[in-house]
Amino acid sequence: MNPEPNSWWDWEHAIAVFPDLLLQGFKITLVATVLGTLLALVLGLIVAIIRRSTPPIINGPVTWIVEFIRMTPLVVQLVFANLVLSPYVDSSLAIGIWVLGIHYTTYMAEVYRAGIDSVPKGQWEAATALSLPRLRTWRAVVVPQAVRNTLPALGNYAISMFKETPFLFVIYVPELLNVAQNYGSTHFRYTEAITLAGLIFLAASYPTSLLIRRLEKKLA
Amino acid sequence: MPENAATPGAPGTPHIEFRDVVKRFGSNTVLDNLNFTVDKGERVTLIGPSGSGKTTILRLVMTLEELTGGYIHIGGTPLQYEEVGGKRVRISDKRRRRTTTDIGMVFQHFNLFPNMTVMENIIEAPVNVMGLKKAEAEAKAEALLEKVGMAWKKDARPSSLSGGQQQRIAIARALAMDPEILLLDEVTSALDPELVGEVLAVLEDIAAETDISMLIVTHEMQFARDVSNRVMMFDKGAVIEEATPEKIFSEPENQRTQDFLRAVL
Amino acid sequence: MDGVIGFFQDLGPNLQLVWDRMPMILDGVQVTLLATVLGGALALVIAFVFGIAQVSKFMVVRGVARVFVEFFRGTSLVVQLFWLAFVMPQLPYPLGFRLEPLLIGVLALGLNYGAYAAEVVRGSIGSVPKGQYEAISALSLSPARGMLRIVIPQAWALMLPSLSNLWIQLLKGSAIVNTVLLYDLFFQVEQLRDRTGTWFAYSFALLSYYLIAWLIVILMNGLEVRAKHRIGRGPALSQSWGSLFRPPGTSGRSARVVRDHSEAKLAGPMGGGGLA
Repeated sequence: MNPEPNSWWDWEHAIAVFPDLLLQGFKITLVATVLGTLLALVLGLIVAIIRRSTPPIINGPVTWIVEFIRMTPLVVQLVFANLVLSPYVDSSLAIGIWVLGIHYTTYMAEVYRAGIDSVPKGQWEAATALSLPRLRTWRAVVVPQAVRNTLPALGNYAISMFKETPFLFVIYVPELLNVAQNYGSTHFRYTEAITLAGLIFLAASYPTSLLIRRLEKKLA
Repeated sequence: MPENAATPGAPGTPHIEFRDVVKRFGSNTVLDNLNFTVDKGERVTLIGPSGSGKTTILRLVMTLEELTGGYIHIGGTPLQYEEVGGKRVRISDKRRRRTTTDIGMVFQHFNLFPNMTVMENIIEAPVNVMGLKKAEAEAKAEALLEKVGMAWKKDARPSSLSGGQQQRIAIARALAMDPEILLLDEVTSALDPELVGEVLAVLEDIAAETDISMLIVTHEMQFARDVSNRVMMFDKGAVIEEATPEKIFSEPENQRTQDFLRAVL
Repeated sequence: MDGVIGFFQDLGPNLQLVWDRMPMILDGVQVTLLATVLGGALALVIAFVFGIAQVSKFMVVRGVARVFVEFFRGTSLVVQLFWLAFVMPQLPYPLGFRLEPLLIGVLALGLNYGAYAAEVVRGSIGSVPKGQYEAISALSLSPARGMLRIVIPQAWALMLPSLSNLWIQLLKGSAIVNTVLLYDLFFQVEQLRDRTGTWFAYSFALLSYYLIAWLIVILMNGLEVRAKHRIGRGPALSQSWGSLFRPPGTSGRSARVVRDHSEAKLAGPMGGGGLA
């Protein structure tokens, strides 16, 4: 394989790198996204509940930590966590998933909060007027309406996380972009690998975001 | 009456003319082959149950809605569509705007621009559409604000004013364009009851002092009786009765008009 | 967790080291600020051009803008950065040249976040009450004039919270630029690590970014208060200094939906709402 240095596109390289991109890189990217999202969905809900129902002495620090994580770079957090945890944790992918998950927890918590807030006050009052028990009020009245309001935003964050998985390459997780980059540096030819990586991101994220937009319209 | 080149209208030409007007929203036909005219200086009030197409008529004259079929002429000038060689052709936006410059509209929800002061709201169009000098436009705005009793608020932001005050400014804003036609679309419907009077008083003054043609949609029957020359009763997109206010309010002929008036009076 | 203990034991000498290395660190801060400000400026220009193009009455213009926005949103920031850094130099003439690292960073950040911001601009323009457009029409103002004088000033107040968040995201995203040999804040602080240990160096890095992020928050809060006041939806800045320090929400890159709806509702009673 002797790359011509000055060509727009070389199908030989494209064909050589594509299976690796899809079967190795994309697979890891997907695993990181799915697990990271699940983590963020669960932790986000917990944080949202803590922030809603605890006294200021807990609520205050939690709020500050959440805000700190949200306002500082994911990349720095990734490298930091990797350096600190790598003696104890073998898999940098696992570390990456946790950092991604916790970073996005801070966003998801906010989405849940907004979702709960968006349930009109009248709904709470009606539940009280009907003497519904508190738990029943949450389960039958508030949560179903809050979920309606939050689903699209949660979905958008999942897509957003998907597109941020390339940050994982700073801790050497062999995700999509890392695979492309490796191919590029070993073959001195980046065009096809990185372009294809970008197109795979586009091909996966665009239809998903269309789907969410449709969901959004349906729920609106 | 201000003379304007855009409305040549020979004597006897109706000021507003609806010719076979059709308006559909999707599959819902709101107006079906509607024909009527309004003469220069005439004040016509449209009454009827909600959903009967009254507001749509005003919005069509203001070209806020696309005409589905037929033609509307303003002083003989085609408004949104014209007939060219037997074909119905859409008129360019630029040309359309030349015609609508003569038409002013006051909305139910005022629609003042919140990012501008009262004065800026009023001079925006005179300066930028009619090409008035700023000082001229301001002098004129001042006089109009005086007329609607709002001169003392000329530097205020609309959001700091009551609904009645906002609506009086909206009226001044519409008049600043020297309209030959004024469209009043339920101008008091969004107001608290105690604020309705001040707005109607301003409008009655204007009706008495000018000879602007007016097309009015309102639920204030007393106001309709005071200012209009003619009342048209609408139902399901068609005129089912029209007469002078004296006639229609005291001895309506159509059963549906009678039912409607009994319900609102 | 000897790292944590070490963090406190060596705090004094480490701070001294930071002081000694201050010129380098400030170099890094300068690069990060430069990338953030220039990238943000490019993003803003892109946002307005493509946001407004998306509400154009010409289908071709809308289509081109749509493709642009979806492309740069969909292909991931880091991929775009690498594409500019590694692929572009390998392309034939006329594209085949090596860009300055700073230019690469600014372009990638500006294009990517600009595409997101274009959505914010589009959404905010759509959130301006319909009655405003009708009043523009009723006064026979030209669409361009109406957009410039009436729609955009109102949309501006609506879009600022989201733009603020996107700008912070851009700042955070900028921490990746040292991978294309741009020696930013993160890079310079990493150089401390050999001497100070991981905990100190990275805590210092995070804190520095946090402070810069707050600068953005305060600036944007100020702009937002001013913009809201100008459309009569809030007090003047001089009467509400406290609002400068309000922590940011999450609108912007993804929560746009939730936020914009609430904003649109806020806009309702003010300018008069929609279709009668």
